Amino acid sequence: MSTASAYGLLGAVLVGLGLYGVVLQAEPLRRILAFNLLGGGIFLLFGVMARRGAGAGFSGDPVPQAIVITGIVVAFAATALAVHLLLRLQVARDVPAPPEEPRA
Amino acid sequence: MSGAWLLDGVLLLAVPAIALASLLSRRILPALAAFVAYGLLLALVWMRLGAPDVALTEAAVGGGVTGVLLIGAAARLRMPEAEAPPGWPLRLLTALLSLGITAGLAVAVLALPEPAPSLAPQAAAQLAATQLGNPVAGVLLAFRAIDTLLEAVVLVIAVIGIWGMAPDGAWGGRPGPEQLRLAEGPVVLLAMLLPPIGIVFGIYLAWVGADAPGGAFQGGSILAAMWILAWLAGLVRPPRIDSLALRLLVVAGPALFMLVGLAGFVVADGFMAYPAAWTKPVILLVEAALTLSIAVALCLLVAGWPMRRARA
Amino acid sequence: MSAVLDLFSVLAVLGGCFFFVAGTLGLLRFPDTLSRLHALTKADNLGLGLIVLGLLPRAGSVLGGLKLVLAWALVLLAGAAVSQVIARLARREGSAP
Repeated sequence: MSTASAYGLLGAVLVGLGLYGVVLQAEPLRRILAFNLLGGGIFLLFGVMARRGAGAGFSGDPVPQAIVITGIVVAFAATALAVHLLLRLQVARDVPAPPEEPRA
Repeated sequence: MSGAWLLDGVLLLAVPAIALASLLSRRILPALAAFVAYGLLLALVWMRLGAPDVALTEAAVGGGVTGVLLIGAAARLRMPEAEAPPGWPLRLLTALLSLGITAGLAVAVLALPEPAPSLAPQAAAQLAATQLGNPVAGVLLAFRAIDTLLEAVVLVIAVIGIWGMAPDGAWGGRPGPEQLRLAEGPVVLLAMLLPPIGIVFGIYLAWVGADAPGGAFQGGSILAAMWILAWLAGLVRPPRIDSLALRLLVVAGPALFMLVGLAGFVVADGFMAYPAAWTKPVILLVEAALTLSIAVALCLLVAGWPMRRARA
Repeated sequence: MSAVLDLFSVLAVLGGCFFFVAGTLGLLRFPDTLSRLHALTKADNLGLGLIVLGLLPRAGSVLGGLKLVLAWALVLLAGAAVSQVIARLARREGSAP
């Protein structure tokens, strides 16, 4: 088995672990964390495709590599949106109890 | 390369172990620390897969900036009382389903076609026309420029989405919490010593991206990290979100990219086509504007929504 | 001459690895936050320092060597600052591990 395939199996394992966490974790922040673990595994699968497509003097197919770079940044944007939604929800729950200021 | 198998073996064992540690840790901060380590180990995996551009992005965005975002949130979120964990039938079912997905992916990986389909020869053949030396930069800014444009637009939309969470009356104010807990000695020192080096390195990384590993995303995230560090140390405050200058900075990159793309209808063969003689300068100009906008957007995505009632 | 340099590299990098292993053992086995931090600093300062020292003769150019030393200096700086923050936090929260 080639090195690239071994890393492909690693990607498959990470997807499984992340998926389990996304479904079963109780705290929302931990679900977001598991979503990022899952994403890491999926990007890794792209990386394996890129590595297998090495040729023409490149160490990997540059097209999937470039797509993964945009993917990592988009995953971050989604994570940021989810995290701030959580923080906003916490403040929204606090509103009915007037004395408590939003925590800084 | 005799030692390479050892490195591969250690990575293949360590990455799932740290992922598992991150999932199973009882307290949230150790789980997040493990997640940052996971991002850094993945960066090493990307190096082993011959993708230094992705390794830089993963280390800077996947590990670094995401880690700061999640740890900052963990410090502000009240963790709910631990609910009773789901019963064993549900856990078993989920485990089996996850295992099934893993097994399916593993079979797919092992059954990939030989020889692997690849666009590397086409990229190599066309790279000379872009006058770039880094094939990944060629894909990002020329061959698949539309993806990069959409991705830059996604960042702007995410910023708008987060700003939109502002409570009534807080719209227009400074994003993020007013008082940060880290504003004390050692972090302040670090935040004064590191940015001069980090800013030079971030600009270098964006500049060198045309011909070597690096580029707008990597350089932009280093620049963003420097501002976030100074922000955490209490040295800088985010500008008000109704500031025109800030809004222009956020959209500068995608807007210039779109203008250049539309100009392609007039001066070249169509949307996002560059005039042959001007390819390299146009790409460098777009990349510079993108670096700036990505850096500002990443900072704003970490800072969050305005919390306090804006004072006029 | 090159044999002497090679021997120096091997010894220094091995020494660095020893400190990394010792620091990791300490991180895993020591009972409380402050002593775990103490163990970690050995890996950062001495371990990485010895490895950089051992790699210096193989850097190829003065600029390459300077980059290695800069990487070590930055790790020292970040490590020192972060250790301070963790230690203060540990003290504030009492001696809980």
